[in-house]
Amino acid sequence: MPFGRLLGPALILAAWWGASAAGLLDPRILSGPGTVLSTAVDLVEDGRLQGNVLVSLQRAGLGLLLGVVTGVSLAVVAGLSRLGEYLVDGPLQIKRAIPSLAMLPLLILWLGIGEDMKVTVIALGVAVNMYINTYASLTGIDSRHVELAEVLRLSRLRFVRRVVIPGSLPGFFVGLRLGVTSSWLGLIVVEQINATSGIGYMMFQAQQYAQSDVIIVGLVAYGAFGFASDALVRAVERRALSWRRTLAG
Amino acid sequence: MATYPGGLTATVPAVRTRALVRRFGDRTVLKDIDLDLAPGEFTALLGRSGSGKSTLLRAVAGLDHGVEGTGELRVPDRVSLSFQDSRLLPWLRVLDNVVLGLHGPGARRRGLTALEEVGLAGRERSWPHELSGGEQQRAALARALVHDPELLLADEPFGALDALTRIRMHDLLRELYERHRPAVLLVTHDVDEAVELADRVLVLEDGRISLDLAVGLPTPRSRRDPRFQEHRDTLLAALGVIQPDSPGTGAASPDHGRRDTGAHPTGRPVGRTPADDDPRHGLHEEKSHAPHA
Repeated sequence: MPFGRLLGPALILAAWWGASAAGLLDPRILSGPGTVLSTAVDLVEDGRLQGNVLVSLQRAGLGLLLGVVTGVSLAVVAGLSRLGEYLVDGPLQIKRAIPSLAMLPLLILWLGIGEDMKVTVIALGVAVNMYINTYASLTGIDSRHVELAEVLRLSRLRFVRRVVIPGSLPGFFVGLRLGVTSSWLGLIVVEQINATSGIGYMMFQAQQYAQSDVIIVGLVAYGAFGFASDALVRAVERRALSWRRTLAG
Repeated sequence: MATYPGGLTATVPAVRTRALVRRFGDRTVLKDIDLDLAPGEFTALLGRSGSGKSTLLRAVAGLDHGVEGTGELRVPDRVSLSFQDSRLLPWLRVLDNVVLGLHGPGARRRGLTALEEVGLAGRERSWPHELSGGEQQRAALARALVHDPELLLADEPFGALDALTRIRMHDLLRELYERHRPAVLLVTHDVDEAVELADRVLVLEDGRISLDLAVGLPTPRSRRDPRFQEHRDTLLAALGVIQPDSPGTGAASPDHGRRDTGAHPTGRPVGRTPADDDPRHGLHEEKSHAPHA
């Protein structure tokens, strides 16, 4: 059945609509869908939504970029040299056991409560995800393919380009999808800490004035970006890994 | 000039090993292998599991770093190796796989020619997983041939194929061999395959060459040919699979051709006859292909 998966969400939406129309919902607890929609329009018209979304996207994007670059660089160092593995892998496996958000107090102490701290928290979570998965796929490169490269006397450069990079790309994309998710998670947390802009700030403000409609607009914005970014990564992954024959298609 | 058991003569062998020893820990897998393969000679290497045939092949291919060993080994510059699995990189299209080890302009041209030769013309844009098992092995053969090898090493290349595909691959390999004439060392556990394809069959037993057999039959070979049967029985007996026939039935004793029966203190199957002094047609003592210049 086409769009069968939308049935559940549609029913929830209908129940919400019905309950608020029947006056069963206190607007301070949960505004009706109509109110949320008109609030969203108002927020767009006075520019508050776009402005905050832009700030949030910048933070998440910058954190993601830094995290991907750092995580992949460390994975390459650890994955392609024995010394690098000894130096890098241990600390990162320990770091992996400590949630990035638990580092928050220390990072605030070091970096203050400004943008530096916010981007660093996001980047840290992303980097660990990128590292773990990229490193695993680098060290897991099929030894038969390494042997083939040796038989064909491939140069180091060609070996990396033709065997190492394509072979570790699936792991890279697993890391990237987890990294994108973790960048949104980090964003939500850091935007609650002394922020003066961003979707999280907007929602935090609304909480103090009991504006549940604004909070829901913020939630929808987070959800939309989470969904869109994951879909984007998957589309890129499908293109890059088009040689793979998977059951998912 | 030396004459090789396979019937070829040449001044310089394509492969030459002297006193080649390879050890894994306490276990000596290759024991003093002296072997010469002539340029353009098609040799099959038979042996039971654990006889050391893969170790010998990997030594000749130069893939045995970290393995303890001694001895002299000389191989040509251009060596290609074909594995039991096709070992195509799944993320490269067929043509890119074939030309993976090639450089410079004309690489693609040569790759296309090689694909045409193995009957894969028009499949150059396919992904490896879109090919059948036999087609994947053809592509792997093209990847080996595109280097114009002086020595082609093949490690049970047809082991994973179904019987019908294997027959077609045998014909293809023999045809390609006759066109390009590399020296071939084919590792197999299939006696029929060895007799059908090779001009010389070596049996490796417990790390030593226990039999060196010249096939000397015209190609294409029929398995119904009585001489084919005779070779087959000789080899099966040497491998300890069948009991050697009693004298006078035409099959040779398995121990014939052994250099030194005392050199096999362990792992000998029961019911084997002691060395037969009666040399028979087509069999050579290993020492008989010395000396070389």
